[in-house]
Order: sequence, then structure tokens, then C-alpha cells
Amino acid sequence: MSTANWTDDQPIVSLKDVHKSFGDFEVLKGISFDVKKGEVVCIIGPSGSGKSTLIRCINALTEINSGSIKVEGIEVNDPNLDKLELRKRVGMVFQQYNLFPHRTAIQNVMMAPVQVLKQPKQEVEERAYALMKKVRLDGKEHSYPGELSGGQQQRVAIARSLAMNPQVMLFDEVTAALDPETVKEVLATIKDLAQDGMTCMLVTHEMGFAKEVADHMYFTDQGVIVEDGPPAEFFANPRDERTQKFLGQII
Amino acid sequence: MDIFYNWFRELYEATGINLPIFYNTFDRERFFSGLMMTIYLSAVSLIASVVIGVVGAWLQGSKLVWTRRIVQVYIQFFRNTPPLVQMYFFYFGLSALLPTFENEYGFQQPILGAFAWACISLSFFAGAFNVEIFRSGIEAVPETTREAAESLGYSRLGAYIHVILPLAFRVCLPALNNNLVNLVKTTTLAYAIAVPELLYVSGQIWSDYANVPEMMTVLLLIYVGLVGILVMSMNRWERAMRLPGYGT
Repeated sequence: MSTANWTDDQPIVSLKDVHKSFGDFEVLKGISFDVKKGEVVCIIGPSGSGKSTLIRCINALTEINSGSIKVEGIEVNDPNLDKLELRKRVGMVFQQYNLFPHRTAIQNVMMAPVQVLKQPKQEVEERAYALMKKVRLDGKEHSYPGELSGGQQQRVAIARSLAMNPQVMLFDEVTAALDPETVKEVLATIKDLAQDGMTCMLVTHEMGFAKEVADHMYFTDQGVIVEDGPPAEFFANPRDERTQKFLGQII
Repeated sequence: MDIFYNWFRELYEATGINLPIFYNTFDRERFFSGLMMTIYLSAVSLIASVVIGVVGAWLQGSKLVWTRRIVQVYIQFFRNTPPLVQMYFFYFGLSALLPTFENEYGFQQPILGAFAWACISLSFFAGAFNVEIFRSGIEAVPETTREAAESLGYSRLGAYIHVILPLAFRVCLPALNNNLVNLVKTTTLAYAIAVPELLYVSGQIWSDYANVPEMMTVLLLIYVGLVGILVMSMNRWERAMRLPGYGT
């Protein structure tokens, strides 16, 4: 793999002129941006603007039509892509948590490192317990997903992704399906992660949260990035009319 | 035990209800071996048909068009033809095309006997239904669960084995249950190719004693019992696999 050429000071995720269509409908019309190691990036925008598609393309859940996406130097838009190499580096958390309902919380966290990465079970178990503690769910290790609240399930899902020791975490509207009171606990977990220096890319509707944790904001509309900038500036003085309108509606 | 056996002899003498399978050692052993044969035949084809179902359902999800087509042809062939004809096809048709070997008496013997062909035929028959049953279970697993597995680095096969199949199993157990019950009952077709299973040995016994009504009753009761045990264990399994807070 081409990762040998990649060094820490280069962008960890790099998108260049990414295009994606579903049939005749062009969802992404040339997206380019870089994410540096340790950076927290929030992507906002009206629904249907391609935010989720964008984030799904980064770990190859959705194939792009043209352009380039590189994660630690690995070209995602390569027909010979080693998906495992990519997915070891990229963790993903979904709106619907998507825990495996037939396994307990701790088993959910341990499964992939043991079964996919073939790491020794004991070592993974220790790490899994530590991660459960990190997402503030110690004591719930042996509960099945069906016995946990939405917020708790989502935190298990975060722990499950972290167990793979990824370099980048993708969050796809992870609080959109939650009750308002459980949103906080999930956001607190993400904030911890961001403060630990994890590179995070979030698609979110939580503007207050974005303002607080993001290093950089992106606003997408109709498949293009309309505006971007550091959150202070972005929220205080949006330049583009569409950004102004969107922020006006939300806040 | 002798008292129990003798009771049936007395029953016969007193009422004319003739059940030599209890009081006559030879018939008892003959009947018991038939029962064992039925259980053996059921168990082998049951396991093989489930394996065919699991593998077939996996192949059905293949990216290769021809793999999917072959599975589809297999299903259509075995689902749309009578199981008795299938058994004849295997035992008389296919068997004749295969090479033979010389046995210890100097005769040419086919490489597979009636029992083996019965197992093969029944497994393929029930397997065709099992493929469809497992497919329905697999389709009930949400696409997003599959994506979660994929994003954790699971390959298609890894996700199938560790995530999708365990969930699909839970969904399709009731349907699988039905098909396996049918399979146990269909083992009686092996009678037609002289596999000495329960129906076959019962036939021998009632030819010897002309006690058709008695033997028929015993036969039916035994199948009620056999299928009952199968259903009970499947239900128990279903309960054991039930997940807290998932599904019903």
C-alpha cells in the first residue's frame, strides 16, 4: 500500500474533486478538502445536501464516481483497494447505532478485533472493558443491545469502533435518533474523544455542539461546499446567503 | 421387561390385537432397527439439508451471476418435482451412470447403496426449501447492520458467519421448523428404494402376521412421537436463542 509515503504532517484525510451520482441525481458535485491529524471537523447542511453520502464515501461504504479520497495515503477510489487496511484506520458510527443484537455490549466491542484482526482475546477483553469505562458504561458490559437505551447503545457503538484503534472517526448524525436527554451523554463521549486528540469528522445538526468542539466547519448544500471556516467566524459572520439562511432557521 | 412383553402376548390371546413387535424377539429387533434407521436417515438428511440451506443462501448473495443462476436452477428443480421421482432419479437413474466396483462375492456393485441415495435425495429436496427459508431470514436483517459489520472490517463471508446468519437463523426458525418436520415424514419415501426404515420393516411385519391395523396404528403413533420430539427441541432452541429486547 502507498501508506509508506504518508507522513504525520500531511492531511490524514484528503478529498479532491469528489463526484457521486445516484442514477441521474448528482449528490456530490466536486468536493475537496483536507483534514489534519487530530482535527475535529463538522459538516452541516440541509437534508439531501450530500453530507451523509460524503462521510460514507470516506470508508468506502459508497463508491464514488470520480475524484480522489485518501486516508493516510490510501486511495479509497482504487478498484484494488484493500478494504481491511482502510477500515482499520477509519471508525464509523451510524445514526441507528447498528449494534449486533445477538451479542452483549462487551461482545459487540470485542468481536471485530478478535474475529477480523485476530488479536489475542485476553488483550482485547482488557481494552474492551477500558473502553466501556471510557464511554461511561461500566456495569453494562453484559447487557444486550435490546436492554440498553438509545444513548447507551450509541456509546457502545462508539466503543466498538474505538476497539479497532482507528486513526479517524466518522460520525453520521449519531444523535439524530436519540431522545434529547440522551443526546448529551453521547455528545460528552464524542467531546472526550476529540479532547484526546482523535481525528473526528461529524455530520451533525447539533449546532451548539459543533461550535464547541469543531476546529473547522463545513456547510454543504446541493452537493457542494458552500462555505467553511473556524467555528467562531463561521457562526458569527457567515458570508454566503445560503449559510446565513440555514443558520437562521436552525439557531 | 419380560412381564411387559408377555402382557402383549396375553393381549393378543385375549383380544386378537396382535403386536409381535413386543413379544417376539425377532420382530422386536427388526422393528427397532427400522426405527433406528428412520432416526439415522432423518438426522443425516436434516443436518445435510441445513448445511445446503446455509451454503445455498450464501451463494445466492454472490456477485457472480452464474453462481446465483445455478442456485436458482437447483431450487427450481428440487422444489418443482415430486420427492419420490427425485429419489427414483437418483437411485435408478444417476446411480446407473456411476461406475461400479467388484464386491467380495465377485458381483458388480454400485458405489453408493440405497441408504446413501436416500440421504442424498432427501437432503437435496429439503435443502432446496431451506435455501429459500434462509434467504428470507437474511433479507430480514437490516442493510445497516450489514454495513456496520462491513465498516468494522468484516469480509462478506465474515459478516455472514458472525453477524447475518445468527440473526437470520432467529427469524427463520419457525419456517425451518416446518420444513424439517416435513423432512422427517418424507423419510418414509425411502421405502420405495428398499431402505429398511420404519415403514419398510412394518410392511415386512404385517405381511408376516396380517396385522395391518395394529402396525399402522403403531407406525402413526411413532411418527407423532418422533416429530413431537423434533418440534419440542426446536421450540426449546428457539426460546434459548431469543434475545432480550429484540424482535417479539
